[in-house]
Amino acid sequence: MHDHLLSLLIWLPIAAGIVVLLLGERHIGAGRWLSLIASLAALALCVPLVMDFNTHTAAYQFIESAPWIPRFHASYALGVDGISMPLIVLTALMTVPVVIAAWNVISKRPAQYYAAFLIMEGLMVGVFSATDALLFYFFWEAMLIPMFLIIGIWGGPRRVYATIKFFLYTFLGSVFMLAALIYMYVKSGSYSIASFQSLPLTLTEQRWIFAAFMLAFAVKVPMWPVHTWLPDAHVEAPTGGSVILAAIMLKMGGYGFLRFSLPIVPDACRQLDTLVITLSLIAVIYIGFVALVQQDMKKLIAYSSIAHMGFVTLGAFLVYAIVRSTGATQGAGMGMDGAMVQMISHGLISGALFLCVGVLYDRMHSRQIADYGGVINTMPVFAGFMVLFALANTGLPGTSGFVGEFLVILASFKASFWYAALAAVTLILGAAYTLWLVKRVVFGPVANDHVAHLSDLNGREFLILGALALAVLMLGIWPEPLLKIMEPSIQHLVAQAAATKIPV
Amino acid sequence: MPEPMMNLHVMAAAIPEIYLTAAICVVLLFEAFVGSKRPGATGTLTLLMLVIGAAVTVAFADVPQRMVLFDGNYIADPLAYVLKLAAFLAVAVSLLYSRAYLQSRDILKGEYYVLALSALLGIFVLISANSLLTVYLGVELLALSVYAMVAFDRESGVAAEAAMKYFVLGAIASGMLLYGMSIIYGLTGTLNLDGIAVALSAPHNLGVILGLTFVVVAVAFKMGAVPFHMWLPDVYEGAPTSVTLFIGTAPKIAYFALALRLLTHGLAGVKVDWTAMLTPLAVLTLVIGNTVAIAQSNLKRMLAYSTIANVGFILLGFIAGTASGYTAALYYTLVYILVALGSFGVIILASRKGFEADRLEDYKGLYRRDPLLALAMAMLMFSTAGVPPFVGFWAKLRIFQALWETHHLWLVVIAAATSVVGAFYYLRVVKLMYFDEAPETLPATAGSFGVRLALGLNAAAVFVLGVLPAPLLDLCTRVMH
Repeated sequence: MHDHLLSLLIWLPIAAGIVVLLLGERHIGAGRWLSLIASLAALALCVPLVMDFNTHTAAYQFIESAPWIPRFHASYALGVDGISMPLIVLTALMTVPVVIAAWNVISKRPAQYYAAFLIMEGLMVGVFSATDALLFYFFWEAMLIPMFLIIGIWGGPRRVYATIKFFLYTFLGSVFMLAALIYMYVKSGSYSIASFQSLPLTLTEQRWIFAAFMLAFAVKVPMWPVHTWLPDAHVEAPTGGSVILAAIMLKMGGYGFLRFSLPIVPDACRQLDTLVITLSLIAVIYIGFVALVQQDMKKLIAYSSIAHMGFVTLGAFLVYAIVRSTGATQGAGMGMDGAMVQMISHGLISGALFLCVGVLYDRMHSRQIADYGGVINTMPVFAGFMVLFALANTGLPGTSGFVGEFLVILASFKASFWYAALAAVTLILGAAYTLWLVKRVVFGPVANDHVAHLSDLNGREFLILGALALAVLMLGIWPEPLLKIMEPSIQHLVAQAAATKIPV
Repeated sequence: MPEPMMNLHVMAAAIPEIYLTAAICVVLLFEAFVGSKRPGATGTLTLLMLVIGAAVTVAFADVPQRMVLFDGNYIADPLAYVLKLAAFLAVAVSLLYSRAYLQSRDILKGEYYVLALSALLGIFVLISANSLLTVYLGVELLALSVYAMVAFDRESGVAAEAAMKYFVLGAIASGMLLYGMSIIYGLTGTLNLDGIAVALSAPHNLGVILGLTFVVVAVAFKMGAVPFHMWLPDVYEGAPTSVTLFIGTAPKIAYFALALRLLTHGLAGVKVDWTAMLTPLAVLTLVIGNTVAIAQSNLKRMLAYSTIANVGFILLGFIAGTASGYTAALYYTLVYILVALGSFGVIILASRKGFEADRLEDYKGLYRRDPLLALAMAMLMFSTAGVPPFVGFWAKLRIFQALWETHHLWLVVIAAATSVVGAFYYLRVVKLMYFDEAPETLPATAGSFGVRLALGLNAAAVFVLGVLPAPLLDLCTRVMH
């Protein structure tokens, strides 16, 4: 089974999604259970993926390869390393609560809803496990279609605007990345990512390719100033859509920077790292202020996501500043470690926060902060979870949110005092907007009759929030296993990023 | 090479044309004696004839390498073989889709099929043309048949207007072509494309460029490149949808062959010049086609501008100027036809007697009224937008690749940017079908089981060729080298 573990992870959910689609709305009972079983099975498949993962090598593992388009030297090549494996586990992990959360809530075309998310899961795993650039792009773009439909069909009042904006923004970025990938194929004669990584490129070429990658990944992350699609998409998306968008899809941008930008165009990155770091710091600080004034809970969490993803891009690009200030790559790995932990942790926390908002929305049909107040009086268990995730979002030690931010700030101290000082502003801002949100929604006296009639979490909701809370705490208290899995790959990546590829 | 004598061996390669000419006569006679009593029988016979024709082509016209016959006027090569089979398929599918449409509008007449077959013959002549004379013969045979088809619904004022525009503008283009050809003939002293290629490989008179200009204008007109595209939206919108389906598909194969035989073979010696002419045309075509399509409220008209935008991509393949570029253009053309067959097929199935589903708003909530049709249309729209896992993605990828191989950075950037603009109006169709609720007044969709199955297969092909693109890509590469 190990030979086809990744294929199974990709195609099992997709096949299940197609079956659910064929079963149709009439057999939705069976469709629901099938979706749950398929998503759990995908999660179960992650167990051997983690257990049998060799933590001593940076090489791809669980590799599969079959010819796909022999004429283009493009193959159906899959494999994982310490960077992609945790993201695949995160994908499988976050799909389960999405399926469960929709159980009795989605009444409009539920079969298509489940099918869309299962197909999404397969495609997202495909993105993270492809070691062939063409296959990567294939999954990367194909994923837009189910997300486009998810926001457009199950979204809020302005869903059409939001979903078309989402699609066009990401499509714009990706098309130029495709152009860059084809360019490198023409030069190297193969579509394998490894061949791109070892392809010598002049500085001019690297700059163009960097720009194309930047467009694709910065939109996806999203970085300021191309972030404006995200708040719209989040506000309009159904709960499940928001969870997947925040927990997984944003990570693809970060993954792209780590897998493509840094190793393929290291010299351009070295030259332009200040740009990325500046944009990241703007995201951290400016977007933090923007989050402060939001009236809509989902919008607030969306802006908070942008700010947190700023840490990911910051951590990933610190390597050059560290080399410049210390003369060695020591400590650069810490920034990337931080970026990776931040991605996983943000996936869990933001997903959980969106699920919390979904819990409230299902009861009150409002996302406006002003409509709430004193929820703790009627929903004490829910309030407990909400406060925990909010604190994790602010980076409370003991939660996963702390580890990522701490590592990145620590690494940025090595690079420059000012980077660290500015990045640390998030500790204040993040705490401000998150805690103020909690204060207004959860605490205080019961604000109105609607809140007075709220019922606390049901078993289903308790289960998913409880599981995520456990994951957040475990990662916060004991991040060592995750760091160990990533270690060789991160070291390898630092070496690649610090090398030069300009032909002499 | 002129052949010493007309033996059967020489004739064999030209069997598709010979067969088709005979088939036209048979269909015409059948219509005169039987078809008028049993409406619809002619259509069935025509489809049968096309199937037999494809079989005959497979049996006889599959030549292993390039053969020049009939005093150098005719060429048979693997490319022609593949193009002819594709044309058979495109015509058969479009006739299959249109039958119920013609019937409900009282234009299910045998002559329609005769005209379609003679247009197909024109397409074949163009595909196998190896001299200026055969090129012109093919162009006119195709064009005249198609003009008549556009005007086929004589009750319809818009159709008559469209036919008139098409005819007048088409005549001007034919005149241009003829004028350009006469100049080239005058300067090279031969009508044969091989001969012209040899003559132009030596230093040549500047007058050739003058002739070339007229030829390029005519090719651009026929393909629908900006600024010679004006006829295209009017004709697509005005013609009965079955005719739009017909002219939007099979003739594109012929015009691809026209450009290929004339420019890349006969006029290869002045490649630098026609590349320089085509480049601004392609850029304009991409920009205007994609942006103007956004403003359309009529789906047929929108697809007309989408066609124009796609022509821009095909021209880019020619501009690359390499075998790889021409392969990309061929692949793009075939893919485009596959998708266009499906999209116009959807319009036909969504229409009813007395109701043309040609406005965009007629597609609101199509998902609820007809899930299969909506799914097919969504797949086709995503494919044209160039989103994997559909075949349109590979067509665009192949063009990008050809452009990179020849270092056309700016053309890549422009093509990429305009395809994002294009994505918007394809998405809008999906949005109408899936996100909007249907008004009560829209009628149900039509189509017999067989036609719906065909459309389903058409959409499935767009998906399957998108996931496994290698066979078609290989085929295109093989016939082009």
